[in-house]
Amino acid sequence: MAFNFSLTKLLPIAAVAAAGGAAYYKLGSNAEARLPPTRKLPFPPSADFPDLSKHHNIMKNHLTPGVYAQLRDRVTPNGITLDQCIQTGVDNPGHPFIKIVGLVAGDEESYETFKELFFPVIKERHNGYDPETMVHPIDLDSSKLTGGKLDEKYVLSSRVRTGRAIRGIPHPPMCSRAERREVERVVTDALQGLPKDLEGKYYSLKTMTDKEQDQLIDDHFLFDKPVSPLLTSAGMARDWPDGRGIFHNDKKNFLVWINEEDHSRIISMEKGGNMKSVFDRFCRGINEVEKLIHEKGWEFQKSDNLGYILTCPSNIGNGLRCGVHVKLPKLSQEPRFNEILEKLRLQKRGTGGVDTAAVGGTFDISNLDRLGKSEVQLVQEVVDGVSLMVDMEKKLEKRQSIQHLIPK
Amino acid sequence: MPTDKKVETDINYPDLEKHNNWMSKCLTPAVYTKLKNRKTPSGYSLDKCIQTGVDNPGHPFIMTVGLVAGDEETYSTFSELFDPVISGRHGGYPANAKHTTDLDATHLRGGDNLDPKYVLSSRVRTGRSVRGLALPPWCTRGERRKTEKIITEALSALDGPLKGNYYPLTGMTEETQDKLIDDHFLFDKPVSPLLTSSGMARDWPDARGIWHNDAKNFLVWVNEEDHMRIISMEKGGNMKAVFQRFCDGLQKVEATISSNGHSFMWNQHLGYILTCPSNLGTGLRGGVHLKVPLLSKHKKFDDILSKMRLQKRGTGGVDTASTDGTFDISNLDRLGSSEVSQVQCVIDGVETLIQMEKRLEQKKSIDDLIPKETKSNKTTTVAVRFHFH
Repeated sequence: MAFNFSLTKLLPIAAVAAAGGAAYYKLGSNAEARLPPTRKLPFPPSADFPDLSKHHNIMKNHLTPGVYAQLRDRVTPNGITLDQCIQTGVDNPGHPFIKIVGLVAGDEESYETFKELFFPVIKERHNGYDPETMVHPIDLDSSKLTGGKLDEKYVLSSRVRTGRAIRGIPHPPMCSRAERREVERVVTDALQGLPKDLEGKYYSLKTMTDKEQDQLIDDHFLFDKPVSPLLTSAGMARDWPDGRGIFHNDKKNFLVWINEEDHSRIISMEKGGNMKSVFDRFCRGINEVEKLIHEKGWEFQKSDNLGYILTCPSNIGNGLRCGVHVKLPKLSQEPRFNEILEKLRLQKRGTGGVDTAAVGGTFDISNLDRLGKSEVQLVQEVVDGVSLMVDMEKKLEKRQSIQHLIPK
Repeated sequence: MPTDKKVETDINYPDLEKHNNWMSKCLTPAVYTKLKNRKTPSGYSLDKCIQTGVDNPGHPFIMTVGLVAGDEETYSTFSELFDPVISGRHGGYPANAKHTTDLDATHLRGGDNLDPKYVLSSRVRTGRSVRGLALPPWCTRGERRKTEKIITEALSALDGPLKGNYYPLTGMTEETQDKLIDDHFLFDKPVSPLLTSSGMARDWPDARGIWHNDAKNFLVWVNEEDHMRIISMEKGGNMKAVFQRFCDGLQKVEATISSNGHSFMWNQHLGYILTCPSNLGTGLRGGVHLKVPLLSKHKKFDDILSKMRLQKRGTGGVDTASTDGTFDISNLDRLGSSEVSQVQCVIDGVETLIQMEKRLEQKKSIDDLIPKETKSNKTTTVAVRFHFH
């Protein structure tokens, strides 16, 4: 599919290489619509400073009037402003007990352009990680994992997911329709080149048949138009369902979401406790996709200090959530359950996903951390932590003490 | 080299295949390509205008507009799209037509004693925008706060029967909130995706509020769907008094903001400028709650209303159903006729509808009362004459 662009607006190759997106210039004729300045601001920053007096989110903790005044008039090379990044946090005051970020990155450059806000937010959200001074480790060599076969009597399913963004294209909150379609094209193109066991089919949300939709629902693969105001306020549901879709392999254990909350979300899963197999497939799949997009001149958004770059600051680094559905009816009743999870750097959710409650003592247990630890490290922590909790559950079944097992 | 006249569809052109709104009817690929890189002086773009229409495909039977304005200049900057949409929505409106404004209540004939046995309440509403400040889909927080300040300062200067108080949504006590709910004055954060897709719910509830007079028959909403919505109402059938108070309040507010160096968005072609193209012209919806249980079951009821240039709604407002044969009856037209003529239309129409209901009560025929032709409200040619006075 040829793109319509004006030759006179071609950026010099050097600038293109610097921008890191070899094919971004193809969207040049459309980028004009966004070029800075995006609007004239008629009042001084103090007049526009949001009322955050009732707010509880990480953005509020760091957006002082001084920081706002410093950043309000800055614009990223894609024309994105601070106000666009914080809109979701202004519109969703949050809750004193649930810590949400309240900020999104409109593009890769938002993190550095507005670092006076993004970096302290990242530091608070990621346990003190300092993007100014630290380097984030990346390790997608699944052979380094030890163990990884969990007791299937307790572990019902295993899953690893992450996200990847295409360099040179703004994120779902701010991308244009043309840019979103380009992401779809680039990623689905690469997915077509996957090796045998990862081979599969792409289902565009716009064109899928009723029959295909029903099948995807039965497989629990389908994602819906977001209704959560946390997401809609950020603008990521615009033009739905244009440019959105789902890929999965024929074996139905490798799944890719396109243009939902991020450019792409990659998920590997299977029933049972063989996390090793899940992680092997995950690494292989991602590494293959990265190789294939490189061949066409594209890259993932990534930096030394931030790792892989995604829409929400909570997902940067490796964007990895590695988890299991595990039956812990006795352990979950223990008063120290939450403390144990915390010490193991794990979090619990209900089996319906984030913001759901647990049913019948079955929990979704996954890693708490993202930034500052590699993929191998995090999956190892989940494997070791879940193994330990299953041991505790077995001890409690036999009415034995678990005191000596609790981590210091 | 042969010239290729075919316009290639732009890579950013929205998919409008499943859509049914005025925007999707008028936004051809050629129009999109022509307008896509234009911006208003404040930076509002075509993509922003149409986002609500793209995100809300519409309904096979209800034609929504699917387009909003971010500022006053939107209408002229993107006229190649807005003109056909406006014309479609307002039943034909040429690009060179002039709109008349008439807020002189003494021009009204009758309307002071609509039979209260049938007319339960009377109401007139409109909107106004403060010139120089962006509209709710696009305004910054600073602009929205400035709009609130300008409007509430003007309202605080009202005295006599119009004297009242402002209740900002931010920091409103529960007590105040309950009272406003009981009076049916409170408005909520919009949840309709038609509104939220355009961005008008941003920063809620910052700089939003409700003003009403002590007599509770003159009400102003600040920064909801428009900068300002003005509502005059009372129980019973004295539409003339309602309209008098409406005009009085509007003129006093306009005079105060003018003395403070501000004005309302208005031009000779589109009348008063508001966020949604459906509210251009007078932005006026004048209506009554009318109890016509027999007439409303008559097979020609909808046809009669249509010929009278009236519309019916349930008494809960737009998109509600009627209970017990009581309907909200109001004017259909907004653009191309004046406030006086639109309210006159309601008064005359309602008088006839009451006559019809009385006939049906006596089991007599109403055939001679049914209008033969559709009433014409357009005062365009008349406006041209008055232009030279």
